[in-house]
Amino acid sequence: MYAQLIKADTSQREEDAARTQAFQRRIDAGEKIEPKDWMPEGYRRTLIRQIGQHAHSEIVGQLPEGNWISRAPTLERKTILLAKVQDEAGHGLYLYCAAETLGVSRDEMTEMLLDERMKYSSIFNYPTLTWADMGAVGWLVDGAAIMNQVPLQRTSYGPYARAMIRICKEESFHQRQGFDIMNQLAKGTPAQKTMAQNALDRFWYPALMMFGPPDSDSVHSEQNMAWKIKMNGNDELRQKFVDLTVPQAEYLGLTIPDETLQWNEEKGGYDFAGPDWGEFFDVIKGNGPCNKERLEARRKAWEDGAWVRDGLLAHAKKKARRAAQEAA
Amino acid sequence: MTSPKDDSSSTNPQAPQPVNQLANQPTSQNEWPLWEVFIRGQHGMSHRHFGSLHAANAEMAIKNARDVYTRRNEGVSIWVVQANDITASSPSDKGPLYEPAEDKVYRHPSFYKIPDDIGAM
Ligand SMILES: [Fe+2]
Ligand SMILES: [Fe+2]
Repeated sequence: MYAQLIKADTSQREEDAARTQAFQRRIDAGEKIEPKDWMPEGYRRTLIRQIGQHAHSEIVGQLPEGNWISRAPTLERKTILLAKVQDEAGHGLYLYCAAETLGVSRDEMTEMLLDERMKYSSIFNYPTLTWADMGAVGWLVDGAAIMNQVPLQRTSYGPYARAMIRICKEESFHQRQGFDIMNQLAKGTPAQKTMAQNALDRFWYPALMMFGPPDSDSVHSEQNMAWKIKMNGNDELRQKFVDLTVPQAEYLGLTIPDETLQWNEEKGGYDFAGPDWGEFFDVIKGNGPCNKERLEARRKAWEDGAWVRDGLLAHAKKKARRAAQEAA
Repeated sequence: MTSPKDDSSSTNPQAPQPVNQLANQPTSQNEWPLWEVFIRGQHGMSHRHFGSLHAANAEMAIKNARDVYTRRNEGVSIWVVQANDITASSPSDKGPLYEPAEDKVYRHPSFYKIPDDIGAM
């Protein structure tokens, strides 16, 4: 998922307990909370963090795939990848505008990303070394994201839920084009098949990390579940992802890099090895293979674009001033 | 180039800060204006609110809306309107505004008993 380790912000001031209860009753009744409705400060702040992190993930997530646009093997693959990456930009924008309704500006969110007060998903700190990685990313990374995003269409905050509905409509193309790349490589020459297998080997555990640490270690999820900001447990979604993905890998003739992987008749799902959580926390802390590169790319884009933002802002203000003068 | 701060001081300092009534904040003075986007879908529907975006002017807002909201033929017509120009009812007015309609059941066809013999009406 694109939002990991979202701690519930429960630092409530002396807030009207009755209001908070009425708010919870609305959520329990399945009502949507809209921007101008009363909401607890903690709900608002937690949502800003979660939606912001999700938005940043969509934007930063363009980098590992953008890396292959100019080197896609055919013109068709290139146009598909371009459309996919453009979708991710759109997802970032839907989510930023949902977060803005909570009283944070887009510039503030960007600055928080750039000075590392806000995070993005750990998965985008891994490099995309070969063309097969475009397959693995679409199939596994978008696949894992969908797992989390589908239930979020029912989240309690109206603008967030609506953004998720649009995003989910677009995501299944992403996963399918990734699977299609894997399928073609897996049925190709031995070298191509090896390339696909290597991509699966490298992305499998980072994809499992996307769901966040085991529920037994996530202390903050209860409040977020009650607020319907988090809809499912991390382990539940991870299990669902594995159960769906293993047969797909079998179809491709590729091997999941997990010797312990085994169907468990009793639970009706696979037993599998968890990722190395030490690595996960290390990547979150900024020490993944590409953290530096990703943030530097974002900082450079922000700085290089400053003159465009400033110039057009001056233009917008001039027009507003003239309109005001004419009206006077 | 004039910095945004110099520029805003040349506007009337008494003018109230524009407020986005749809959300929770005065619009930022250092970002491009926020526009709300309305799109007419393919099927003769009315324009429907799709979301918002930032743009320096209306033309740019339309172009950005095309890229952000209609990448898959979702629309045949786009309206954009600056968020500051929208006046919205407030959630606290919900009672006074809408409750009076609640007891006017006679405004609905189901209020009237029409004999079965009459046929469809
Ligand atoms: Fe996305
Ligand atoms: Fe995607």
